[in-house]
Amino acid sequence: MIALLANEALSSVETGVANGFFFVVAGVAVIAALKMVTTQNVVHAALYLLVVLTSVAATYVILGAEFVAVTQVMVYLGAIMVLLLFGVMLTRAKLGDDTDLDHDQRWIGALVALVTFAVMTYSVVEEFGSTKLPSDFSATATEEVSNQIFSTYIVPFEALSVLLLAALIGAIVVARRD
Amino acid sequence: MFLNEFLIFAALLFCIGVYGVLVRKNGVMVLMSIELILNSVNINLVAFSTYNGDVGGQVFALFIIAVAAAEVGVGLAIVLLMYRNRRSIDIAEANLLKG
Repeated sequence: MIALLANEALSSVETGVANGFFFVVAGVAVIAALKMVTTQNVVHAALYLLVVLTSVAATYVILGAEFVAVTQVMVYLGAIMVLLLFGVMLTRAKLGDDTDLDHDQRWIGALVALVTFAVMTYSVVEEFGSTKLPSDFSATATEEVSNQIFSTYIVPFEALSVLLLAALIGAIVVARRD
Repeated sequence: MFLNEFLIFAALLFCIGVYGVLVRKNGVMVLMSIELILNSVNINLVAFSTYNGDVGGQVFALFIIAVAAAEVGVGLAIVLLMYRNRRSIDIAEANLLKG
């Protein structure tokens, strides 16, 4: 009985720690995302995006999706960021501040974003107001993910392979100098 | 932990991404904002995967990461082509089809 109680207390402490950690991570991600869409320096924006992507990977770890988190770090931080930085360098040699990165009517964009956020938050709170995650979830085994990919989701997986091949060939054909 | 925390966090990232797509003029910056949007969708998928105890959501998050890689590859190729032809990646100047 005491062991059970202690176990429960421990698990609630663990949940509390994970919760606090999540709020720190989410705060960092939101601030970095806001800086990303408002900064006047393209390279700084890419680095802020790096912070956001890392925070999202940490969120996956909190949710127990470790394989997705590792994939996020490898694909996004490793490949996509390098690609974006190459894009910055190939299209604009200027690495300093830029004065002309935003449209003039930025308040319309802000209005659209705010209204979208209000609608989404309202519907989410309305539907899942007090829904809690299962208190005893543990990290998903990679084996389970791979079993699902190669049995239930084999057709989308193969379609995705073809999509990647098509995108690769398409990118080469579009960007080729001839 | 409430499911809401994750959903509202994702909604916030989504809306910041939408703001970036609408407001930015630089083609590469628009691509970065699209990455933000795709990530927020992934957070939702993983959160519901944990909530339901079903791995399917994580599988689709992986699929979306792969699609994002394909999207950024083709998108950057288009931006590079635009830069080569117009010497500018300002998407407000891409108006050749305007009547």
